[in-house]
Amino acid sequence: MTQLILFMPLIGALVAGFGWRITGIRAAQWITTVLLFLAATFSWIVFLTLGPETQHIKILTFIQSGLLDTSWGIRLDRLTAIMLVVVTTVSALVHLYSFGYMAHDENFRAGEDSYKARFFAYLSFFTFTMLALVTADNLVQMFFGWEGVGVASYLLIGFYYRKPSANAAAIKAFVVNRVGDFGFALGIFGLFYLTDSIKLDDVFAQAPALADMQITFLWADWNAANLLAFLLFIGAMGKSAQFILHTWLPDAMEGPTPVSALIHAATMVTAGVFLVCRMSPLMEYAPEAMMFVTFLGATTAFFAATVGLVQNDIKRVIAYSTCSQLGYMFVAAGVGVYSVAMFHLFTHAFFKAMLFLGAGSVIHGMHHEQDMRNYGGLRKKMPYTFAAMMIGTLAITGVGIPLTHFGFAGFLSKDAVIESAWAGQGGGLGGYAFWMLVVAAAFTSFYSWRLMFLTFFGTPRGNRHTHEHAHESPMVMLVPLGVLAVGAIFAGMIWFGSFFGDHSQVNKFFGIPNHHAADGDGADHKTDGEHKADDGHAASAHGVTSEQGGHAADHAQTDKHHGDVPEGAIFHHPDNHVMDEAHHAPKWVKVSPFFAMIGGLLFALWFYVWSPSLPKRLATANKPLYEFLLNKWYVDEIYDAIFVKPAKMLGRFLWKRGDGATIDGLINGLAMGVIPFFTRLAGRAQTGYIFSYALAMVLGIAALITWMTLVA
Amino acid sequence: MMSADLATLAPEIVIALYAMAALVFAVYTRKDALAGSLLWVTAAVFVAVAVYLGFGRDTTTEAFGGLVVDDSFARFAKVIILLSAAAVLVMGQGYLAGRGLLRFEYPALIALAVVGMMVMVSAKNLMTLYMGLELQSLSLYVVASMRRDSLRSTEAGMKYFVLGALSSGLLLYGSSLVYGFAGTTQFDGIIAAAQGQAPLGLLFGLVFVASGLAFKVSAVPFHMWTPDVYEGSPAPVTAFFATAPKVAAVALFARVMHDAFGGIVGDWQQIVALLSLLSMFWGAIAAIGQTNIKRLLAYSSIAHMGFALMGLASGTEFGVSAMLIYMAIYVTMNVGTFAFVMLLERDGQLVTDISALHMYAMQAPGKALAVLALFFSLAGVPPFLGFFGKLYVLRAAYDGGLAWLAIAGVIASVIGAYYYLRIVYFMYFGKEQDDPIPSGGTLVNQGLVTGCGIAMLGGVLVLYYVEIPALAAAISLVQ
Repeated sequence: MTQLILFMPLIGALVAGFGWRITGIRAAQWITTVLLFLAATFSWIVFLTLGPETQHIKILTFIQSGLLDTSWGIRLDRLTAIMLVVVTTVSALVHLYSFGYMAHDENFRAGEDSYKARFFAYLSFFTFTMLALVTADNLVQMFFGWEGVGVASYLLIGFYYRKPSANAAAIKAFVVNRVGDFGFALGIFGLFYLTDSIKLDDVFAQAPALADMQITFLWADWNAANLLAFLLFIGAMGKSAQFILHTWLPDAMEGPTPVSALIHAATMVTAGVFLVCRMSPLMEYAPEAMMFVTFLGATTAFFAATVGLVQNDIKRVIAYSTCSQLGYMFVAAGVGVYSVAMFHLFTHAFFKAMLFLGAGSVIHGMHHEQDMRNYGGLRKKMPYTFAAMMIGTLAITGVGIPLTHFGFAGFLSKDAVIESAWAGQGGGLGGYAFWMLVVAAAFTSFYSWRLMFLTFFGTPRGNRHTHEHAHESPMVMLVPLGVLAVGAIFAGMIWFGSFFGDHSQVNKFFGIPNHHAADGDGADHKTDGEHKADDGHAASAHGVTSEQGGHAADHAQTDKHHGDVPEGAIFHHPDNHVMDEAHHAPKWVKVSPFFAMIGGLLFALWFYVWSPSLPKRLATANKPLYEFLLNKWYVDEIYDAIFVKPAKMLGRFLWKRGDGATIDGLINGLAMGVIPFFTRLAGRAQTGYIFSYALAMVLGIAALITWMTLVA
Repeated sequence: MMSADLATLAPEIVIALYAMAALVFAVYTRKDALAGSLLWVTAAVFVAVAVYLGFGRDTTTEAFGGLVVDDSFARFAKVIILLSAAAVLVMGQGYLAGRGLLRFEYPALIALAVVGMMVMVSAKNLMTLYMGLELQSLSLYVVASMRRDSLRSTEAGMKYFVLGALSSGLLLYGSSLVYGFAGTTQFDGIIAAAQGQAPLGLLFGLVFVASGLAFKVSAVPFHMWTPDVYEGSPAPVTAFFATAPKVAAVALFARVMHDAFGGIVGDWQQIVALLSLLSMFWGAIAAIGQTNIKRLLAYSSIAHMGFALMGLASGTEFGVSAMLIYMAIYVTMNVGTFAFVMLLERDGQLVTDISALHMYAMQAPGKALAVLALFFSLAGVPPFLGFFGKLYVLRAAYDGGLAWLAIAGVIASVIGAYYYLRIVYFMYFGKEQDDPIPSGGTLVNQGLVTGCGIAMLGGVLVLYYVEIPALAAAISLVQ
């Protein structure tokens, strides 16, 4: 069944991409969509019936060379199952939504209808590569998926290929991701170098040994676990648009809105979070790297929220919101509560996809107007879209009843993140992460409500004609909104216990044997052994990994865990009690995000409903700050000055001087100057007179004799 | 003893007797009216002897006290010589008949030339060598000027004769030096004398012998006769010049260098490498300026001889086998190309200006395609056969420590690609012609063009079956 989930999108992509001439465009769209809905159904079945053990499903052998063994395989555990559900569900809904959204696209000329089939093929192709990423059983396969989603993202951001800005954005996304991917690749190389394997299980088994190893990199010695975790995180930073590698995400909004919802909100950008959670057995032994993850996550959450405050493009607001929420997830992962990171990823997928699709619905209804300053009063024109956006906003801002487990999805997951941040002491950063996240929560509330007020409330602004023709979107676009709304409301409440409940519940959900965090160090070893004897799972595989672990034991004699593959989808170090402490956080910590949300809401009301002239005055009064935020902290400008301009200059130099003048000049000079000269010479030498021919022969023999005399 | 010697030389004797018998027979019967059938019979004799040599023998036998040898190297070369001579004979029939040139002496002279070549490649003695060489040359001087009423043809024959005499003089002078220092004309004796630090006189002799041979190979700077003779001779004779004698000369070159001077490889390697380098570049560069297709092919053959000599220059077993494979491929390409040249007729006149080929593909798409394959192969474009030939010799040169020569060869082949591809360009993308060349020609030539064109691709599949005997031949030569 898992294989079917993985390959149905690929089949859809191939059929729609290459076979639309045969099947017809309409049929191609339907084939991909139906296959995706089937995959989503299967994913839910897998998700709900998943057993505690990690399953390895081998598909075929890919590369076998020496120690390198990269088979295509599926690793099916809770993490995979969560991602399967998220990816296929959102993807299926986005496919459906795209029927409406892509029906008439003015970026394509009449008679170019094949763009629809192409769009659906790309969407399905993306889904396949994303699934390949999340089901990966080894790092090379994961890298394949990682690059595959990058390609799909590139194709979809640049889907409107006639728009120069879309092409530029696509290239930017690709190039910025390359920086991250370089780190990821280095991380994989490093892991293979030290563990002789790229299989996840082997790597996990040797993680404790890595923690005691040193590795030389860039003329310095580093702790192996920390360095490798850090390199992998660089990859995650690129894909998940974390601060300093985030610049591509807002620009990626040049793609069609369904793409933004699927790739740049719900799935691909969360791959980084997934990676950190997937590598939890390694991360747990890399405290410094984890501190960096926490720090960067918190910084991103804050940074993106501040920028979101002043953006005017509806999609850019949501894009920065995504960036900020990804920061939340990284904080949760960074402090060691991976289940909460996955929880927020899970709920975020619903409400953020919905916000994007809602925004798409608004844009669709407003004839591709994206500037919120030209919206206003759309509540009446688009009641369903409004309702959906309202639910999304309530979810993202975290509305719920404090100190209970009753509220929208975002309320439960975000509060869990903030409590974890408090309990983890920011992974050694003190209260930095906690306070950043609380402030970011207030900002989130402000910009989300600002978006709602500017779009749906007040009086219509901008082009009167556009407003008169504003209309509600068709049913195919509203149904996905409705489905996601259900998720945005209930996903948090239903799965709260599984992700952030008490120990046994979470451990059961993630298939972790119960002793891990509960028992102390001493008892650990024994229970571990018992457990293994009990379920006796994958005995042969265990034997192999134990052997390799034993090899690693030479390096690490202090740790008791070496040699065993940690069971369960995520791993907690025995000293990691952050989740317990988060449960026992003081009341003021637990209610602080709620009050931050209320504060943001009140400010938004004040600024955009009660006193709409205030923002302008405030902006003029604090012009430098406003400009700073509006220009996104000038990160793009700094990059432009440091990287882009010099690279362009170098490129221009190599092109004009190097390639044009030197190489072309040399070749052209040879081909058009030197060779013809000799050709003329040869023509002249061929006089036709016999004596000159004889002379040539005599000269030749004289030269040869001389040569022979000199050499011999 | 005598009968064993005669048995070893049986193929040469058979052809020589056949040639003389044919001459006498034709003189006393119907003379030129018989020429056509005589020509076919001669070709058939060639093929029969080639088959006998190719499959009938597999030992190394010396005869007449070591004056000649029959080894697999000689047999490999002889098979190529005989087959190409047969092909060239039959392809020229239509052309010669159309111009009243089909005399009964022609096949007989060719047969005698072939005997000379066979003696050349079997020679184990400087005297035998010279005898074979002169038998071949004298026959060729006559056929070059066969068209007695044509100024160009007689001029070609004259030039070839005078310069050929000069080269024979060089060769003889070299031979006498070698004899003087080695005390024998027998290769076995020379190789015994020429070991280690050879006396300078012997090396001088080597240089003169090599120069004489280079003339026959038409390696630069002993190539000057080639374009003029190619242009002036009747097309079938040109085709013959470009094929069988080249094989014989190259094989003889390898024979002398390895059998007589195998002990001082380092000394002659320099000379051969230099000749190879000059030939490759001069052939490629000078051909660019040519507008006459026969002259162009003359320079083309000079460049190709450069590549063949590159295999020899490596001084290794593999180098000799690469050289033999290269020659086999070269001959196939040239048979096809000259068969095509003879197709280019307008009003009974041969059209040799390459500008006449503009848009030839419109006139004769099938033939144009075959010629495309041939020219791509001549230029050495993969996956055509010519590419593999170049690959072999380049590898041989590289393995033999002559990486610089290999690199130079690649550069020269890039330059050479220009004029081959230009003709293909003319055929497919050229200007519209007012007066295009009609598609026609004899069936034999059309078949040869098509067959050779197909062989340029299909031959790659059977290359392996050429490689084995070529390697065996090389092993028999290089001890």
